[in-house]
Amino acid sequence: MSETDTDREHYEAVVVGCGPGGAAAAARLADHGIETLVLERGTKSGSKNVSGGLIYGEESAPYTLDDLFDGFREAAAERPVTDYRIHNVAGNKVKTYDLTDLHEHDTDWCDAVLRRRMDAWLEDRVHEKTSETGGGVLTNVRVNGLLRERGEIVGVTCDELDPIEADLIVAADGVNSELGREAGLMDWEEPDEWFQGVKAVVDMDPAVVNDRFDIDDDEGVAHLFSGDLFEDVRGGGFLYTNEDSLSIGTVFHLDSLVEQQAEPQELLDALLTHPMMATWLGDEYDEREYAAKLVPDSKKVAHPEPYQDRLVLVGDAAGQMQAQGPIIKGMNHAVTAGALAADAFAVTRGNADPAAAGRRYTQMLEESGTMAKLRPRRYEVSRTLAERDVITNVVDRVLESPLGSVAVGNPISNRLLQRAYNSPFLVSMLPDTSTGYVTLPSVIGEQHGRTIHWENEVEPPTLEERIGDLTYDTDVGNPHIELRDESVDASGSAVYACPVSAEDFGGGCYRSEEVKRNGSEETVVSLDTQPCVECGTCAVVADTEWEHPRGGKGVEYREG
Amino acid sequence: MRSIVLTKGVPDFSEGAVSFDEEGHLERGKTPTVMNPNDAFAVEAALQTKVRHGGHVSGMSMGPPGYADVLQGAMESVYTDDSYLLSDRELAASDTWATAITLSAGLEKYQEEVEEIDILFAGFKSADGETGQTGPQTAWAMDWPIVTHVIALDIDPDERRLRAKRLVEGDVDEIETVEAPLPCVVVTDPEFEPTYRKASHRLTHKRLRAETEQRAQEHEDHLTTWSQQDLNLDPDYIGLDGSPTIVSSVDPIPKAPSEREATMIDPDDSGGMAEVLEAMQPYAEAGE
Ligand SMILES: Cc1cc2nc3c(=O)[nH]c(=O)nc-3n(C[C@H](O)[C@H](O)[C@H](O)COP(=O)(O)OP(=O)(O)OC[C@H]3O[C@@H](n4cnc5c(N)ncnc54)[C@H](O)[C@@H]3O)c2cc1C
Ligand code: SF4
Repeated sequence: MSETDTDREHYEAVVVGCGPGGAAAAARLADHGIETLVLERGTKSGSKNVSGGLIYGEESAPYTLDDLFDGFREAAAERPVTDYRIHNVAGNKVKTYDLTDLHEHDTDWCDAVLRRRMDAWLEDRVHEKTSETGGGVLTNVRVNGLLRERGEIVGVTCDELDPIEADLIVAADGVNSELGREAGLMDWEEPDEWFQGVKAVVDMDPAVVNDRFDIDDDEGVAHLFSGDLFEDVRGGGFLYTNEDSLSIGTVFHLDSLVEQQAEPQELLDALLTHPMMATWLGDEYDEREYAAKLVPDSKKVAHPEPYQDRLVLVGDAAGQMQAQGPIIKGMNHAVTAGALAADAFAVTRGNADPAAAGRRYTQMLEESGTMAKLRPRRYEVSRTLAERDVITNVVDRVLESPLGSVAVGNPISNRLLQRAYNSPFLVSMLPDTSTGYVTLPSVIGEQHGRTIHWENEVEPPTLEERIGDLTYDTDVGNPHIELRDESVDASGSAVYACPVSAEDFGGGCYRSEEVKRNGSEETVVSLDTQPCVECGTCAVVADTEWEHPRGGKGVEYREG
Repeated sequence: MRSIVLTKGVPDFSEGAVSFDEEGHLERGKTPTVMNPNDAFAVEAALQTKVRHGGHVSGMSMGPPGYADVLQGAMESVYTDDSYLLSDRELAASDTWATAITLSAGLEKYQEEVEEIDILFAGFKSADGETGQTGPQTAWAMDWPIVTHVIALDIDPDERRLRAKRLVEGDVDEIETVEAPLPCVVVTDPEFEPTYRKASHRLTHKRLRAETEQRAQEHEDHLTTWSQQDLNLDPDYIGLDGSPTIVSSVDPIPKAPSEREATMIDPDDSGGMAEVLEAMQPYAEAGE
C-alpha cells in the first residue's frame, strides 16, 4: 500500500553518535543550514559514555564546546580546574608536584564534567539546532552497518530503522567504532594501541567538597597519581572534583594490564584505599557509579586520512584521543574534528566527488595543527629509541641503582623534575614504558616523598555490588558479544582484563570453567553478557564477535 | 486523516492506588481514575496513524466531569490534539448500549460541527466492566465497518482504505489480514505494537511529544464538553432509562475461610517445638 519500502529516506548528513564529536559535527552542520539526522544508540545521550573527565578549551583549537554551544560551561559542566597536581607514590611515601604550568599550557578553560549530564544537555541543544534544518536527534537507534551501492558507501543501516541514504556520514560513534571497523579504516587488534579507563563517581556534599579540598563553589582540583601504587602496571590515577561528587579513576595501557594479569577494579581500589586519599574521602564512602571504557592512543592509532567515500570518522572513532603524559585530551579533539568535518562538507557541497569532504577534512585536521598534537613527530622518533626493551632496561636500572636514585633525589633534581613534568614537550616524549609511569615516579616518591601515616577507612564495594548498582535493560536472548574461541589461550585474558569480571567471581561476564572433555579436564572461557558495561576491552583482548547492543539496550550510566 | 479515539476512565487497580472497604468493595471515591489500560493501545494506534499520515486525533469520552483528567492523560501520553467529553447527570448509569447511543450522537455532532471522521479507534474491553461491547455497538449505531483484535495497521489515504492484521478469535497463533473502507472502527488488541521504522516518523513523533507536553498543561483550553442537551438526545434512550441491561448484583469473591486455629510457638521453647514435631510425626510416616 502507501508504505513504499523501496523509497529510501535520504538526509543531507547523518551523524552517528551524539557524544562531543557527534554533537559538534551536528551543530556545525545545522549552522551551515544542512539537513542533519543524528542517531544515538543510548536512551539519552551520555547514558553510554564515560570520561575522566576534564574537558579542555584549548587556545590554539579552532573550536571549543563553549564556542559551539552558548552557555555550555554554566549549564552542563561541573567545576573549573583551579588547582592541578601530580602525586608520585612509593609505598606510603608521596611527593607532590604542582602541575599547573603544564595544565595551563594552551588552555583557555578546563572544566570537570560528568558525561550523562553533559551529553544529555548537548543532545537537547543539538536537537533544537538540527530540527531547524529539517533533521533532529533520534535516540534508541543503533547504526549497525554501512549502506553500500556498487561497493560505494551511500548511507547507514540500523537495527531499528530502514536503511537511510546520506551525502555525508559522520561516524562519531566513539571508541570501538563499528563503522570505522566495517570501512576497514580501524581495527581492534593490538592491545598496545589502547588504554582502559575505569572510574568511580563518589557522592559528596558540595560543602564537604569545598572543605576537604579547600576550594570555593566555583573552584575545583585535579589530582593525578603515578608510581608503584599499581605494581608494575603502566598507567596512572586521577581525582577530579564535581559539584557534588568526585570522579576517581585509573587509566592503564591495555597491553600492560594483560601482561601483568591485573584486575582493573583492584587497581582502582588500590588508589581508593591508599592512605593519602584518607583526608579527601573521609570515612563515609558512597560510590554512586562504577564505569569503564577503552580509550584509544592517538600517538599510535589516530588515522592520518580518516575518511572513505562519504564517510568521515571523528573523535575516538578516528583514534583522536591524545594522552599528553598524564593529561588526557579526547573530548576536546572530538569537538574540533566534528566541527571541521562539518565545515569541510559545507565548503565541498555540490562537488561530484563523494570523497571531496573527507579529503578536505583531512587537510583541515593537518592545517589546524590538530594532527600534529595527536601524532607528534617527535614521539615517532622517541618511540623507536626508547621503547626498545634494552634501552628501557638500562634506564630503569640506572634509576633504581643507588647512584641514579641519588641523582633523582638531590634537591636540584627535585626542582628540575617538577619543571620537566611541566614541559609539554618532554611529557609528550615520555615513552610508553614503565620508566615514565612507574620507575621514575616511585623513585621520586621514595627520594623526595613525605611518609603518610593516615588511616584510610574506605571499603570500596565488591564487583558484585558495583554491578548490582548499575542499571541495565538486558536484551534477553540476544547477546551482543559472542565468544569465537573459548580456549584460555585466545580469550583467557578477558577473565581479568574485563572490568566486570574477575578470576574466582561467578557473577561477571567472563569466567574460566573446568570442563570434562573426552575424559580429561580442560579449562575453557565462558561468557555471559548480562553485566557487560560495553567497555570494548574483550573486543581487543579476546577472540569475539563484538557489537554494541541494540538501541536502548544494555547498561545505562547515570553519571558517566 | 481525522481520527477519534474513545477512552474511558476506570478505577486505578494498580497496587498502592486501589482502595477496598472492609467487605472487599471497591471504594470509588478513594481510588483514583485512570485511563482504561486497554485504551492505551487504541491511542497508540491513533498516534501511529497521525505520525505516518498527518492529520488530527481527538480524544472522546463519556462519563463524569472527572474523566477530563483521563482525556488530559491521553493528551500527555499519546498526544491527542483536543478532547471531547460527553458529560451530563442524565447520562449516569448508562449500560454499554446507552453508552454507544450517546457516543454515536457525539460522533454525529463532531462530523457536523468539526470534521468528517476517517477512523474511530477503541480499546479492547475496559478494566472494570469487561464487556468489550461498546466498540461494536457504536460501530453498529454509526453503520461503519468494524475490525477487531487489530495488532498492526496500514492505511492508504488516497484509496481511503485500511489494511489490518488481526488475531482471529483473539488467538495469538492465528493472524489474518483484512481490508476495509474508511470510515471504519478499529478495535485494537493488547498485542498491538506501533512501528516506526522511518527516521522521519520518529522525528515527527518526537516533535508531537514536545508540542503536546505544552498543550496538555492547558488542557481546559482544548476540552469541549457536550451535555445531553447539546447532543439533543431523547432521555428515554440514555442513562439508566435507556439501558436495557442492568447489573443486578455483584458477588464478591469470598475470603478464603481459615478453619483451623493457629498456635504460636517460640522456636526457642523446646517443649513447644517437641509438640510440633509430635504433631507432624503422622504426616512424616504417611509419606514414607
Ligand atoms: C576513564 C576515562 C577517562 C577519560 N578522561 C578524559 C579526560 O579527562 N579528558 C578528555 O578530554 N577525555 C577523556 N577521556 C576520553 C574521552 O571520553 C573520549 O575521547 C571522548 O568521549 C570521545 O568523544 P567521541 O564523541 O568521539 O565519542 P563518545 O563520547 O564515545 O561518543 C560516541 C557516541 O556514539 C554512540 N554510538 C556508538 N556506537 C553507535 C552506533 N552503532 N549507533 C548509534 N550510536 C552509537 C555512543 O552511545 C556515544 O554516545 C577519558 C576516557 C575514559 C574512558
Ligand atoms: S564483556 Fe567485554 S565489553 Fe563487556 S564489560 Fe567485559 S570486557 Fe567490556
